[in-house]
Amino acid sequence: MRVMTQLAMVMNLDKCIGCHTCSVTCKQVWTNRAGTEYVWFNNVETRPGQGYPRRYEDQDRWKGGWETDRRGRLRLRAGGRFKKLATIFANPLMPNIRDYYEPWTYDYDTLFTAPEQEHTPVARPRSLISGRPMKVEWSANWDDDLAGDPSPDPVLQSVSEQVKLEFEKTFMFFLPRICEHCLNPSCVASCPSGALYKRSEDGIVLVDQDRCRGWRMCVTGCPYKKVYFNHRTGKAEKCTFCFPRVEVGIPTICAETCVGRLRYIGPVLYDADRVAGAAAVPDERDLVEAQKSVLLDPEDPAVQEAARESGVRDDWLEACRRSPVHKLIFEYGVALPLHPEYRTMPMVWYIPPLSPVVDALGRTGHDGEDAGNLFGAIDALRIPVDYLAGLFTAGDPAPVREVLRKLAAMRSHMREVNLGRVPDPAVSASVGMTPPLIESMYRLLAIAEYGDRYVIPLADPDQGPGSEELNTGCGLDFAGGPGMDGPFGEASGRPRPVAVENFHALRHRQDTDELGEPPGRRPARRVNLLNWDGKGLPEGLFPPRSRSRDDS
Amino acid sequence: MNTLLWVVLPYVVLAIFVFGHLWRYRYDQFGWTTRSSELYERRLLRIGSPLFHVGILFVLLGHVAGLVVPQRWTQWLGVSETGYHWAAIVLGTLAGVCTLGGLALLIYRRRTVGPVFMATTRNDKLMYLLLAVTLLLGLGTTVISNVLGEYDYRRTVSPWFRSIFLLHPEGDLMAGAPPTFHLHVLAAFALFAVWPFTRLVHMLTAPLGYLTRPYIVYRSRAGAPGDPARARPPAADARRGF
Ligand code: SF4
Ligand code: SF4
Repeated sequence: MRVMTQLAMVMNLDKCIGCHTCSVTCKQVWTNRAGTEYVWFNNVETRPGQGYPRRYEDQDRWKGGWETDRRGRLRLRAGGRFKKLATIFANPLMPNIRDYYEPWTYDYDTLFTAPEQEHTPVARPRSLISGRPMKVEWSANWDDDLAGDPSPDPVLQSVSEQVKLEFEKTFMFFLPRICEHCLNPSCVASCPSGALYKRSEDGIVLVDQDRCRGWRMCVTGCPYKKVYFNHRTGKAEKCTFCFPRVEVGIPTICAETCVGRLRYIGPVLYDADRVAGAAAVPDERDLVEAQKSVLLDPEDPAVQEAARESGVRDDWLEACRRSPVHKLIFEYGVALPLHPEYRTMPMVWYIPPLSPVVDALGRTGHDGEDAGNLFGAIDALRIPVDYLAGLFTAGDPAPVREVLRKLAAMRSHMREVNLGRVPDPAVSASVGMTPPLIESMYRLLAIAEYGDRYVIPLADPDQGPGSEELNTGCGLDFAGGPGMDGPFGEASGRPRPVAVENFHALRHRQDTDELGEPPGRRPARRVNLLNWDGKGLPEGLFPPRSRSRDDS
Repeated sequence: MNTLLWVVLPYVVLAIFVFGHLWRYRYDQFGWTTRSSELYERRLLRIGSPLFHVGILFVLLGHVAGLVVPQRWTQWLGVSETGYHWAAIVLGTLAGVCTLGGLALLIYRRRTVGPVFMATTRNDKLMYLLLAVTLLLGLGTTVISNVLGEYDYRRTVSPWFRSIFLLHPEGDLMAGAPPTFHLHVLAAFALFAVWPFTRLVHMLTAPLGYLTRPYIVYRSRAGAPGDPARARPPAADARRGF
């Protein structure tokens, strides 16, 4: 047994309102640069829908992830090592910019420079790729709120023959996606240079920008299409799980800013030796259980012993025991992985939404909070359940139904509590739970505090404010920005350091009422504007004023 | 003059090539990339790029066979002079035409596909120019010296090439070769001199290690306690790790 720790996330889809705040804040922090205009490390898709990049789930076409060969062994779907090297000169399976979308800006300048004229001048869209005027025809969330035709959705097509959804009767929910930081990452396995790696301490999958040579095989390898090619620097980039933030114990930007407060972050323990075996189980429908079986129970003394032997620190073990992620997967059993059939063992889990069922029930005039009605609807409404199964359980409706029944039981149980009635214990018993368990699940899902939603142990035990500097690149390192420009154009050369204490300061400012700097901190050399929350003026925000100006 | 061109210059170029690469590898890992433009356009690239790359690999092999392997060795192996000659002409011309055809397609693509042209730097243009000139002259040399009038470069150019690496340069051998050879070699000198400073560096990091390494790469967080990387200057692995 080789015990490793993984920071995992759970998203409760019932609470996602599709506001895209997570995408925008993520973009501002990580991909607000030339070369990554089309890149959304976090994107929110309307389901059913095509997704971003278009129809990325169609693995017959894109060949992402793993499959098992005739002898039951795991192999990369896009071909093994020799095939990769043989096709290295032109990767046949890489999405084109049009499969994502051609990013654009508007020609705002005409608004200011247009001469006086009869008609109002318009700012025309211009492509950020070719610089030419363009017609905007597609983007990362073009079919938001079912604005487009959901019928090209690959999951919907595989669900059943009755996919011709009538538009009014259709259901809809939002699916926020980031990189899954998989236990068995096919992006890592696809990289010829070995530039992608999984960190053994927290499982975050990263691209070493110094080692990446731009072969683009990782883009093909990832079935979720969450590795992107920066077309200016010629390197692959992907979601970092905001490692500079989580290393000092604060949640990722997407989680921090989520309006629905639906994201949970916490560590889980897993047995690295069992990953490959579990990913190779013959029947796709066993993959959810196989994936769960790789995760270890932090309460088990034998596991604790093995974890300590493998070098897991006590504070991490303690965090694993408090981890909301572990609770949602095991104790309450409501979290499921996205597309387990890709066999990458994704580590961002989802609580499937009950809302399509409730909506359908509401339309029939029935009470959408009554346990009996809900249970009946979950069993009767095939399309939403099968569709969710196509997303979360490789098509097996049973686990989805079980989760939905738990959510339905919680709903009706809590209504009774809120109305001051005594809830019927038979309702919770029918989903294998007790009233106290249901109520604690309700607390975690509905009203949990910051500290319960995010249990993130420090990466470095002796890491205090100002104790260490970490080179992480900086928000000013865009093309033409002050940080970059080596002798070979775009972003070559060495990056400048950004101080870890900025993140500590940010955390301090978040749980304090005072304005300005925390006391007793040595002044920062520079301030990363992306971390400035607008409270007060952090020291170093402006360069020191020269004396002569002070005097005048 | 001959000494300058065929003795001094080769060493200067060799030095630039070697130390240029060392310097760039040391200081510009981040700029070391193929800078692929496949994201913008795939149809032409899918034909042009493999054509060019496979062609140039054969050209490389041909040069190794012609320049590095002494005539004595092939004779000893029992390869007849005419057999060798014909193989060189046929394979050389084929590889040369493939490479040039691929290159022509790629240059056409660079010029006509808007986004690809936008992404072309001055550095790229110089590199393309030198590459195209060297290849054209190379193919020209093959055709002229083998087909129009026979010239046995394996008695002059090849020994000269080897003599440079044996640190006993014999410039006179090269000085006697026909002017097409001179031009081809001079163009190649220019190409090799700019090589370390262009995207051609990606050739030196052809990922052959992929064939032997395990699929999943684990790494310890740089700077974590107990990690040898902690002793290294600031978090070399974690930096820019996105
Ligand atoms: S989801 Fe993330 S970790 Fe998994 S294969 Fe894709 S890029 Fe790699
Ligand atoms: S911020 Fe939260 S609620 Fe809004 S789209 Fe993102 S995940 Fe959904």
